[in-house]
This record gives sequence, structure tokens and C-alpha cells, in this order.
Amino acid sequence: MTALALSGLNVWFGDGPARVDAVRNASFTVAKGESFGLVGESGSGKSTILRALTGLAPSWSGAMSVNGKTLGHRRDRDFFKTVQMVFQDPYAALHPRHTVDQVLSETLKLHGFRDTETRILSLLDGVGLGPAFRFRYPHQLSGGQRQRVAIARALAPEPAILLLDEPTSALDVSVQAEILNLLMDLRDEHKLTFLMVSHNLAVVAHMCERIAVMQNGEIVEIMPVEAMRSMQVTHRYTADLLNDSINYVRSSPVDPSPSVERVDPD
Amino acid sequence: MTLLLDVQNLWVRFPTRSGIFEAVRGVSFELGKERLGIVGESGSGKTMTGRAVLRLIRPPGQVTADRMSLDGTELLTLPERDMRKMRGQRISMIMQDPKFSLNPVMTIGQQMVEAYRVNRAVGRAEAMQKSLDMLRAVSIRDPERVLRAYPHEMSGGMGQRIMIAMMLIPDPDILIADEPTSALDVSVQGQVLTIMDDLVRQRGMGLIFISHDLNLVAQFCDRVLIMYAGRVVETCKASDLHDAGHPYTRGLLNSLPQLDRPAKRLEALQRDPAWADAPGDGAAL
Repeated sequence: MTALALSGLNVWFGDGPARVDAVRNASFTVAKGESFGLVGESGSGKSTILRALTGLAPSWSGAMSVNGKTLGHRRDRDFFKTVQMVFQDPYAALHPRHTVDQVLSETLKLHGFRDTETRILSLLDGVGLGPAFRFRYPHQLSGGQRQRVAIARALAPEPAILLLDEPTSALDVSVQAEILNLLMDLRDEHKLTFLMVSHNLAVVAHMCERIAVMQNGEIVEIMPVEAMRSMQVTHRYTADLLNDSINYVRSSPVDPSPSVERVDPD
Repeated sequence: MTLLLDVQNLWVRFPTRSGIFEAVRGVSFELGKERLGIVGESGSGKTMTGRAVLRLIRPPGQVTADRMSLDGTELLTLPERDMRKMRGQRISMIMQDPKFSLNPVMTIGQQMVEAYRVNRAVGRAEAMQKSLDMLRAVSIRDPERVLRAYPHEMSGGMGQRIMIAMMLIPDPDILIADEPTSALDVSVQGQVLTIMDDLVRQRGMGLIFISHDLNLVAQFCDRVLIMYAGRVVETCKASDLHDAGHPYTRGLLNSLPQLDRPAKRLEALQRDPAWADAPGDGAAL
């Protein structure tokens, strides 16, 4: 059973000469209960795919479907009950003047739940935060605790699919381990499907069964995680990316004209 | 090994409503012409250590040390006027994020020329020429165009290289790099590190490399200080980092997912309150 299917997805921003094609002809499917990873450099379009799925990127063409249901240009409430997203920066994703209780109860109310009281407590418990955290403001929480609240908020509508946009890149390695373990536990518990974006290959390899490598808006290779672990890759860019993330320091002297040099407009 | 920087028993304190917060607690280290890594989690005091060396801790923060000397000059008692000459010319610092360290309404050229002329009495044309040379040294193509551009027109990697170029123009003895690559992609990260490495080797600089990435520090540095709760809990040769003995260092290493060694679950760090109280062994280098 397919949870997510993309075929021939193009996403662009701007018009005319200012048009930027952020994603070009991207196609992949994610089975129910699977974890699928998207890796690539910044600007390669991996986050844009998530944004297009959730309806945050308005100009796109191609076909996207969730649980067999084709998506149009508007998302209804059913969609957000099925698909939820966890954002990269837990410091920016929570309203600074809303308590944890307000954050969760607002989400629950929007999705039409009545029993917010018991649900808030069980959500907090589920992400490893006790009831003591319920009336705290974000500035009273550490980065890892904030990301737990963001995960609790994403789980509030009881979704089947979680989109994870670099969920640990703003966190310390020790906290990263806790959050990754939590996500794995939640996945087993709620039978979730993950679509995860990261630039850290080791994190994606830890979490995902299949991985797509993106470069300049295109998917250059889709491979099972075992192939990546054993370095059996077919595309040269994937090999370079793997090599870069294992050997940071190159022994060769500085190349006066490096091959990867771009001026990004952002 | 020539001793460049000697720091003994450095403390950084911030008075707060609920008492005095000690960000750095008795850190001691020496730096020669080498690459010294400082690793630890956020809040462990590694950035504060770097800033304290440059005397960039603002009141009400308090910095005390038994000794903090550069080539025999005591930095703590130096008048602010002379300290300003030290910054940039003798000790430079590369901040974490180029987006917040470059002035968004000045062109790269204006900023580089300004930074250079603050330190040296030279003409605009000479400063411009020097800026061009430095941009080439950090392998930026088409430096003339970059000098006319604004920071928002640069990618993260270019911005970080511009920062490095700017810090290197006055030819400092010591470079403090505070997470210079954590905002960058792996491929660009490699380029920036290679550039810094070459410059350190060629010019014989001392480098303090602050990072939370243990694998990177193990590959890039000569020696590593591991900080926890404001103290140095362990110092070791970078090549021996993977055999480190302290349970905190071991915990950090084990919490990393490994590409070549799949694990069902990652090991979460179990903190021992005793680590924070253990006497810092930073003096025993």
C-alpha cells in the first residue's frame, strides 16, 4: 500500500527571467510504514518537496497523492489529519508567547477533538515530557524539549504520515540521539510513515530504509540504505557526497578553481 | 614548541537574579603553533572561552584568570585601547554564522577595506588590492565581482570564506574559529577546512577550533579539549579521541549515528552530576 506518491513533480518560484526551478521532474513512492529519506546540499530542493506536499509552495505541476488520494492545489482538513510536519528549527517553530498547553490545545481544537485535557497529558507523556512541562513557555525549555513539543504538536491530529525537515540539525549530538530514538519509538507505536529530509547522511541512514539523493532540484539516485552503507552507489555525485561526509579534510592542496562554487540568490 | 597563548584558571561569571552563573569554571590551556579543538555541547562554555580570550565578554559578565597572556603580554590588564590593537592584528575570531557577522547594507569590499584600514595606516587602493589577494587566497573565483556584491548575494560557504579572508588580512598570530563550518554543507565544509588548514600551516598560526562535531575535530585538529559544564573534563591528542577515557566523551561519541555501523538504537547520554564537579585537568597538558 502506497502512502505517498509523487510523479513528475516540478516546483518553481517566480516568473519570467526570475523563475527558479527548485524541483524538476521528481518521482518516488513511499510505502505505508516505510521511512524514506531525501538528502542533498542546501538549495538542492529537498525541503521544497516537503513544502509542495503540504501546500506551502503554490506553483507546482505534476502529480502528488496521499494514501491514493490525488492532491489538488488546496488542502482540506482531512489532509492535515493525515499528514503533519516537524520543522527544522525548534527555536522558531513555537510561538514564544504561547505555553505548551496553548500550543497543543489549539491544534487539538482545530482538529475537532473534545477531550483536550486527557489528550494533552498523553501527548506530553508520549514524547517523554511530564505534566510539569504543560504550562511552560518555549523560553523555559531547552532545544531538545522544544523539539519534543513540536513533535507532540505534529502527533496531536493522530496523523499517519510525518514529514521531518531536518528535525535534529539545530540540536547537540547527545540530544539528537534522544530525539532520533523518540522518533523511532513513535514510529513503531503509531505505525507512522516518515518522509525525512536531512543533509546528514549518517542520520538519514540510521532512520530510513530507502534514500533519494538530490542535486540541483533533480533526484539523481534512489537506493536502499544497505547500498549506501556499503558505498555501492551508481551516481558520481552520490559517491562525492558520501566521501565528503566521511573525510572532512582533503589531503590535496587547495584547488584554485573549485568545481562546486555557486552564488545563491538567497 | 613556541608558546603563543597561555591561559590559566579562567573563570567567566554572569550575575543573574537567582545568583551568579558560572559559564567557564577554571579552564587552563596553552596554545602553540598548532590546531587546538574545543568540543562540548551547547552551554558547555566553549564559545565563552573563545570570547574571553578576546575580552569580548560585556559587563555585567566578569572574566577572571590567574594568567591570560599572549607572547608574555597579559591580556586581562591591558587597557581597552591596546586591547583593540590586539583584536584583529594579533588574535582574530571567525564567528559561527556569516549571515549575522557581515553588515547587510555594506558591500563586501567596503567591509574588508574598512576592517583593514582600522588596523593599518594604508590607502584605499592598497587595502582594495590586499582584499582581492585575500579573496583569491580563500579560493573565491572572480573576486572583483564579490567585492562589489552585498552579503545577501553570497551563499553560506562564500560568506564564511569571506569572513576568513577578512580575518586573515592583518595576518594574526592566533585564529579563533567558533563553529566556522556548522552552517555549511558537507562539500563546502571540506573546502573551508582545507583553506584554513593550509593557511595555518603556511603562516604558522595558532588555531583554536570550537566545534560540537567530534568526528570533524578528530580529523582536523592536533589536540582536543573536551568541555562539560564550564570545565575541561579531558584533553587528548585528536588522533586518540576515539579511544578517549572520560565517560562524557565516550557518551558523546556513542550517541553519533555511524554510516558504516548500523545500530538499532542510539545510545543516549546518561549524565553523571559528578562530571561537573570533577577538578579540571586542563593544566596537565
